[in-house]
Order: sequence, then structure tokens, then C-alpha cells
Amino acid sequence: MKHIVRKAYCDYEKEEKWLNEMSAMGLALTDYSWCRYVFEETPNNKYIYRIELLKNLPTHPESMAYIKFLEESGVECVATYMCWLYLRKKSSEGAFDIYSDMESKLKHLKRINAYWSTLMWAELLTGISNIVIGVENMVSDSRAGIFPINFYLGGLLLLVTILCFKLGSPVRKKINKLQQELIIRE
Amino acid sequence: MPESSERGALTEAVFYILLSLYSPMHGYRIMQNVREMSNERVNLGAGTLYGAINTLLEKNWIRSSEWEKDSRKKEYEITGLGKSIVQGELTRLEELIFNGKRIVEGC
Repeated sequence: MKHIVRKAYCDYEKEEKWLNEMSAMGLALTDYSWCRYVFEETPNNKYIYRIELLKNLPTHPESMAYIKFLEESGVECVATYMCWLYLRKKSSEGAFDIYSDMESKLKHLKRINAYWSTLMWAELLTGISNIVIGVENMVSDSRAGIFPINFYLGGLLLLVTILCFKLGSPVRKKINKLQQELIIRE
Repeated sequence: MPESSERGALTEAVFYILLSLYSPMHGYRIMQNVREMSNERVNLGAGTLYGAINTLLEKNWIRSSEWEKDSRKKEYEITGLGKSIVQGELTRLEELIFNGKRIVEGC
């Protein structure tokens, strides 16, 4: 039987943890689209889930070669969303990590950090331009009571910018920690 | 003489991947082989292995199987250059072990 859960996650690690908790209860993710998780009933703990951010879209030849490689190694790609992959492996086959050494972990974290930074800069720039347009409209248009929509939109976008900055913060902390560790061991 | 960055230590993953490829094998088999060789200690992640394989192919330390074009799974094998890198790493590790034992065990 299928179960559909609607839920929003911004932190991929929390999301991953939740998917594994669901799997432990016998609900295995089979599909994902924006904020919509589809689960099927399986024996408890049948799969271990991991989420990975790719450099390119899953339809890119490089990503396709990578996904094929994963599948040859017993890793199943259950869903893709933009550049995110939802992967699983049977827990009977032992521990499952996509990245097993610090350097490759660091590379993946940097990719996630770049993702949040890009979003942040995009929001910041559109936010500021909207505020500028809003102010210009208010100055040039003397009609009373005109609703300065750009101004409010800009403010909203600035709030989203701050949100993106905060969401990227755990990733940045981890990057720093790993970089420090890499000085003394591989 | 190679640049200094070319003479550094190999990562554990790379060292074990190169050792595995003294006989040709495909990705999944490399992961199993490394796990067995290290008594379950080194558990290569598929993403880590994939990145390492691509870098090693680029550096020509390993090559992918051309002899089995229609085979579904690609196999990899160490090259002569790869073998000389492993040899160099062994010498380096022996030096570390020699000096380590000499000082710690005082012999």
C-alpha cells in the first residue's frame, strides 16, 4: 500500500535522517517530487537512504554515467529532484555511505554550500532591485495610497536571503571542521 | 622530477583501489575487494570510488576495459605508471614504519 506524506525540508541531513526513521518503521521511499514523499510498506529497516546533490541535472550525460555506476554498485536511485538524488541500498548489504573519505565528503559539502550561496545571492540581488524600484516608484509617483508592491516584495526577498544564509550555516560549519581535520589526517 | 604535490602520500582509498586493480575488476567488485583486504575496516563509498576512478583514469594510473566493449559493466585495470606509483608509495610507507618502529620500540 502506498502512503503519501507532504512535508518540507530545507536541511538535507534532517531529511535523510527522517527517511531512515521511516524506513526503520517499514515505510520505504519510492518517489519524491516537491514536498511530496511516496512510501511503500516494506519489512522494517529494509533500506538505508542517502541524499546527494549532483553538480549537474540528472539528465546530464555525466550524471547519467554516475547514476549507472551507482546502480552497478547496488545503489538504487529512487527519485531525483532538480540536482538532488534520493538513493537507497538494502541494509542487508552492510553500511551505506556515498562518501567514505574526508576529501570527497568535503567536495560534496562545498557543492551544497555553493547551492545555498547561489540561492542567497539570487534572492539578495532581486530583493535589492525590488526595493530600489519600490522606492523610485514612491518618489516619482505622488498619487496617494499607491501600494508599493515592489518595496514589500523586496523586503520579503531579503528575508528569504537571510533564511538561505542561515540554512547554509550548518554546512559551512562542517566544511570548516573537515578542513581543519584535513590538515592533520587524510 | 615531478612537482612536490605529485610526490605526496596516496589516500587510503586510492592505495587500495590501485592494489585491487592488479587484476581487472568492475566498480562493485573493487568495493568488496577493498573491504575484504582491510578486514572490513575500509568501506569505500560509491561516490568516493567513482571520483577516484575518474581521477585515476585521467592520470593514466588505471585504464578501463576496452577488451569487453559490449560488457554491461566497465572493468578497470592498473597501468604500468600506476604500478610504479604503488611501488613508490610502498617505499614511502616502509620508511614510515622503519622510523616509527625504531623510535617507538627503541630498536
